[in-house]
Order: sequence, then C-alpha cells, then structure tokens
Amino acid sequence: MLRLLIPQTIQLVIAVWGISLIVFMVNFVIGDPLSGLVNPETPPETREILRHQYGFDRPILVQYFDFARRAVVGDFGESYIIKKPAIDLVFERVPATLQLALAGMGIGILIAIPVGIISAYRPYSLIDNVATIIAVAGQAMPVYWLGLMLILLLSVQMQWLPASGYGTPQHIILPAFCLGVFTAPIAMRLVRSGMLDVLTQDYVRTARAKGVRELPVLLRHALPNTLIPVITLLGLQFGQLMGGAVITETVFAWPGVALLAITAIYRSDIPVMQASVVMLAVIITVVNFGTDMLVSMLDPRVRRA
Amino acid sequence: MAQATPIEARIAATEAELAGIRRGAPSLKKTLHRLSKLRVGVTGGAIMLVIVLLAVMAPVVAPHDPYDGELINRLKPPAWMAGGSATYPLGTDQVGRDTLSRLIYGAQVSLAAGFLAMVISVLIGVPLGVIAGYSGKAADSIISTVINIMLTFPFVLLALTVISVLGPSFNNVILVLGIASWTVYGRVIRAEVRKLKELDYVLAARTLGMSSFRIVAFHIFPNTINSVIVLSTVQIARFIIAEAFLSFLGLGVQAPTPSWGTMLGDSRQFMYDRWWLPTLPGLAIFVTTLAINLFGDSIRDWLDPYTRNVS
Repeated sequence: MLRLLIPQTIQLVIAVWGISLIVFMVNFVIGDPLSGLVNPETPPETREILRHQYGFDRPILVQYFDFARRAVVGDFGESYIIKKPAIDLVFERVPATLQLALAGMGIGILIAIPVGIISAYRPYSLIDNVATIIAVAGQAMPVYWLGLMLILLLSVQMQWLPASGYGTPQHIILPAFCLGVFTAPIAMRLVRSGMLDVLTQDYVRTARAKGVRELPVLLRHALPNTLIPVITLLGLQFGQLMGGAVITETVFAWPGVALLAITAIYRSDIPVMQASVVMLAVIITVVNFGTDMLVSMLDPRVRRA
Repeated sequence: MAQATPIEARIAATEAELAGIRRGAPSLKKTLHRLSKLRVGVTGGAIMLVIVLLAVMAPVVAPHDPYDGELINRLKPPAWMAGGSATYPLGTDQVGRDTLSRLIYGAQVSLAAGFLAMVISVLIGVPLGVIAGYSGKAADSIISTVINIMLTFPFVLLALTVISVLGPSFNNVILVLGIASWTVYGRVIRAEVRKLKELDYVLAARTLGMSSFRIVAFHIFPNTINSVIVLSTVQIARFIIAEAFLSFLGLGVQAPTPSWGTMLGDSRQFMYDRWWLPTLPGLAIFVTTLAINLFGDSIRDWLDPYTRNVS
C-alpha cells in the first residue's frame, strides 16, 4: 500500500506544480500581467509606476519564486475586479462545481450501467445496436449544443425547468444531464465489454449451474468484477469531466469554479484566473489520487502487488 | 488493453464476444451486424466526402455571399416556415446574411481547424512518443510525466487560458489546440513502441548493426501508422468540437468570418423565439463529427488485423 502511496503523492505534487507553472508562464512570460489592471488608454508613465508597484519589473525568476512561495499557502493576491483575495472567491465556488460534477457523474453512471449490462447480455440484439448507435452519437455530440437544445425544448418550449442559474434542485437537472451524456458513452462501452468478458468465465457458469437466477448472476456475480475498470476510468476521466463542466457551467451560467475561471479570463483578472485554474488542478489530482487508492483497496490483485 | 500480452487479451475479448453470440443468437445475426457496421462506416465516409466537397466548392455552391447582408432581411425564418422565402432556404442571421451560405463556408473553418490542429499534434506527439518509448530511461520519465500531467487537466481550459493571452484568432486556436493535445498521440505511440522494440525483428535489425535511427525510422515507426490514423479521425472530430466551442465563446475565429461556432454563439441572444438559429449550426457540427467518428470506427475495425481475421 505504501509503495503505491508514495509515488502517487509525488506525481500529485508534480502535477499541480506543472499546471501552476504553465499558468504562471502564460501570464507573466507570454502575456503582460499589467493588461488586466489598466485601460488601453493609460499613459506609459502610469504603466511604469504601476508595473513597479506590483513588482512586475523584477526579474522573472524572482517573480516566479515570489508567486510560488505565496501560491503554496493559497495566496494568489487580490482580484483585480472585486477587491477580495482570489482564493476566497474560488472557495465560494467549489461547492457548486462539486455538486455539478457529482450529479453529472451520477447520471452518467445511471445511464451507463443498466444499458451496458443489457447490451452485454444480449449482444448484437436490437437494444445493443440502438445503445451502440446512441453511444457513438453521444460521443460526437457537442455538449454546448446539447445544452442549448435542452434549454430550447425544456425551458422555452415546455417551461418545465429553469434555463440557467443556481439555487433550487430544478436548476441542476439540465446541466447535470448534459454532463451525464458527456460521461455515459465511454462508461457504457466499458461496462459492456467488461460484462461480455466476465459472463463467459467459469464462476458465472458455476453460479448458473447452481441454479442462481439470471438477475442475481448479472448484478451480484458479474457486475462487481466489471466495476473496477469503470471506477478507474471515471477517476481518470475526472479531468475530462471538469472539461465538460467548463462547457456546461458556461452554457447554463452555473456559478462554479470553471465559470469563474472563464469570467476571469475574459476580464484578464489574473489572480482569480490563476487561483481557479490551480484549484481545478488540485481537485482533479486529488480525485485521481482517491480513485487509485479506492481501486487498490477494492482489487485484491493490486492491493497485494 | 495494452498489457504485457496484448494478443492474448485481444483473443480472449474476441472469444468472449463469440461466446456471447453462440448463446442464443444465430451467426446470421453477426454477419448482418458486420455488414451493417460496414455500411454505417461507408455512410459516414460518404457524408464526410460531401461536407469536404461543399467546403472546397463553397464559392460555387453557396447561393449568396456569406459576408453580405441587408438589415431589411434580418432574422428571416427558413423557407418552410411562415414568413420564409425560397431566396433564403435556411433563413438569415441578425444582420441579414444567408444562413445556408454561411453554413457552407463555415465548413471550411471547421474542417481546416480540425485537420491542421491534428497535423500539429501528430508532429509533436509522434516523435516524442517514439523517443519516450524507444529510449526509456530519463527521456521516457520526463515525457511520461508531462503526458500524465497534461492528460489529467482538461485541455479546453488550458487552451482557453493560453488563447486569452495570445489573443483570439484562427491561427492561435489551431496552434493551441494542436499543442495542448499532442499527449494523446504521445501516450499511445509510446506504449506501441515499447511493445514493438521487444519483438524479434527489431532484435534482428539491431544484431545486423543498424543504427537506432534506422531501426526507429524504417522498422518501428511504420508499424505505428495504423494507430496514428485511427487516433487522428477521433482527434479531428474532437478538434472540430473544441474549435467551435472556443469560437462560441468568442475566443476563436473572429467576427465576419463564417464559422459554426460563432454562428452558435451569435444565436444565443435570439434563440428564445427562433429555435432554428442555434439548431442549424449545431446540427452541422454534430453531423460532421458523427460522420467522422463512424468512418473512424470502421477504419479501426479494418486496420486492426486481430478483429479482421477472427470475425
């Protein structure tokens, strides 16, 4: 267990550091950190004074070490727009993002597991073929367009659900469904192929020979063994899920970290942008790490290795 | 899947599929399935071809100038709806430009973005994957770590961050998308090369005294081309979706240029009483990426000798 834990932790630290380095480079080496603070009309003299005030005229390495030293303790400076510490603004948004991610993943799993089981139980049947076609279509579907179409149909036409915003349980349905559609296809394919594999194994035949009914065979004997790769995949895909969250949060104006990052990008609010991107990196790597641990606890082969 | 014994795993998977069919379904079903799958792939390819032709021949095919609009004709509905006219078969946008013509020209942007971003990520990802896979040691651990970091982070957000600084433009979008996703190739090619370099024929080539460069260029690289092709079809579709998203946000292709993403973005403020405005460009993106994915699926089945021989 410990032999697994240490390299994982090192990788986690390196990953977050790598992302923060990219963010720093983008803003301070490629771009001009002053751009978010001043108008285009600001005279050069004022710019120089501000540049000096904020310390942007120091050597880049000095600035980097300063950035890194403060970033480690979560200090990314004050937002240029709202004069509050950037990290506080980000923390306010974390619950919304986690809610959306969990709900989306939940819906994805709720679609993927039953459909995957049925597809594997009757391969090349009508249901399997339809499910495969829908999975391929789901992977080709631009999520932002799906979101707009759902708003048109369910909010504008039917007036069943709110088009955007946050607060009541109804608000989360559309964005979570979008995110679920984003996750479901690949999870479904994995459940299907895993079940196809497991259903031919001897212990399943034994269970059937003992007279176990089909439903318990599928759900109690076969399904648990196919779930480990699915959990691994969902953990590894969490970064992609967050990418999906970036899209759904913008379409549905869901006030999460990703929407904060995008707003900060639009306004060149560099402290908030850095804080939110690094926060997303932390969330993603922690989830990846947690998944690895979970899988190693669930799978005796990995546990003993 | 890419474990120590990929062939065994592959055979096991195929056997599992076959066993699944034997239990209940006649083999006719599988034959029909394969035929229909082939047909689906051909259909996908045909749709792709049509879209490419439309994009190339846009000046000839498009009924109107995509940049030219009269404000009197703004926001006209499609021809089949009340108030629509045959002059503008799919209606007009907020400044009176013909939607059909803009959709046709928009195919140029999407296809070019998808293809060029793919080329960039192949040019970075394949060499780095080969180096990591063949050399092992330090180069491998550095490249692998970078791949792992970049793969865990959503590349859309990475692209957004960089574009916000570089400034939105078609070239920047292609560059950033290409650079942000070389890792997809890097990871797969690295794994393949690691597998290939242990095979006897590579050992034989080395025994004959061939240089590493020659072995890699003439004996290992050609065997990875199938994977590159299969990955590329999927990637082109992903890039088309990502480019349209960036343009949708206003961070991609800029204003007068017709592109599906900007059309979708522009439609947002008018969509509440004009459903066709967001529907049409989105449909164009969806049909294109679907066709590419279906075609790619077929190619994968066809290029993969294991599934080809067994089934």
